Amino acid sequence: MRRTMLFLPGNTPNIIINADVLGADSVILDLEDAVSPDQKDAARILVRNALKYMNFGSCEIIVRINPLSSGMWKEDLDEIIPLRPSVIMPTKVSASYDVEHIAAYITEVEKRAAIPEGSTQIMPLIETARGVENAFHIAEADKRVCAVFIGCEDLTADLRCVRTKTGTEVFYARSRVVCAARAAGIEAYDTPFTDINDKEGLRKDAEFAKGLGYTGKACISPRQVDIVNEVFSPSDADIEYARLVFKVIAEAKAQGRGAVSLKGKMIDKPIVDRAAFVLEMAKALGKGGADHE
Amino acid sequence: MVIKQKAMAGTMESSDCLVYVEPAADLQVEVSSVVMVQFGAAIKKATLDTLAELGIKQGFIKIQDRGALDCVVKARVETAVRRSEKEVQNA
Repeated sequence: MRRTMLFLPGNTPNIIINADVLGADSVILDLEDAVSPDQKDAARILVRNALKYMNFGSCEIIVRINPLSSGMWKEDLDEIIPLRPSVIMPTKVSASYDVEHIAAYITEVEKRAAIPEGSTQIMPLIETARGVENAFHIAEADKRVCAVFIGCEDLTADLRCVRTKTGTEVFYARSRVVCAARAAGIEAYDTPFTDINDKEGLRKDAEFAKGLGYTGKACISPRQVDIVNEVFSPSDADIEYARLVFKVIAEAKAQGRGAVSLKGKMIDKPIVDRAAFVLEMAKALGKGGADHE
Repeated sequence: MVIKQKAMAGTMESSDCLVYVEPAADLQVEVSSVVMVQFGAAIKKATLDTLAELGIKQGFIKIQDRGALDCVVKARVETAVRRSEKEVQNA
């Protein structure tokens, strides 16, 4: 379950040491934009040591590395991969060969470090117009790709448009990226909402992303985590309805009926799939078991 | 590795430490900390362990601690030592 991915600057010990108590399902230890160029070395070593010595509990660790064009990404991977973060997030991924290039080097480092090959997943950050247009190829570029993540700040700069709270300018890109991810059978994560004081705006933006099909959303402040978690969690009504779906299916089966309806609506495969997903989420959130199994 | 030149790493923010290194004829470690009584010895040990891992046998190392965990102290010491080598290479 990855409803929230909270960005934490990679060179800030007082924030990193609290990573597991901020409420996010995942944290992104950032070696890229949140670190000034003259502190890249310090951040890389600090993040490596945090992974080596600290216990983050159930909080998943993602490390955002510097872009291919920076010349620093290999050093990032050399230090970080041996400590086995769950996911590596490469930035400004614009084509499938960017992913292939990074995946090949990760394999090299995994071999050198004698850790299971393929155990490090990749979540490409798509934040260029070219990346958006190549989203499906990026999503399918390597078996390590577990999800794609759209970043709309750099994207709007690339599109030469102004980033707005309503997000009209990135509607196409968001739709295209989530569709590409689903077509490739992987998850999709939405761009952060950058006004940390606008809670209502955050909720609307998260609800909109969920409505498009996104699995979760990145946060840039711990203050955003609760709202995003809430939006991307099934409501009590959703869980109740999902349980009812499986109850009526079981009843129909016992009576030898093939077609099933609930509240006047036919229960078809998409409804069953959605109900199963809701119950899996409910189980992960401790709101009862996935009793459809 | 060898400490070839003056270098620094870290900050004076809480939960961090500022590490300064410079060449010296022997190995000297000086620690000051907001939690010196409780953790001064542990900070010195983390520093000496890191220096040993890096093969450092000579140098003056000054740690100004603001409540850093061991892994942070180790990271800052290693960064300062690496910078001390790199800066000479780039000179």
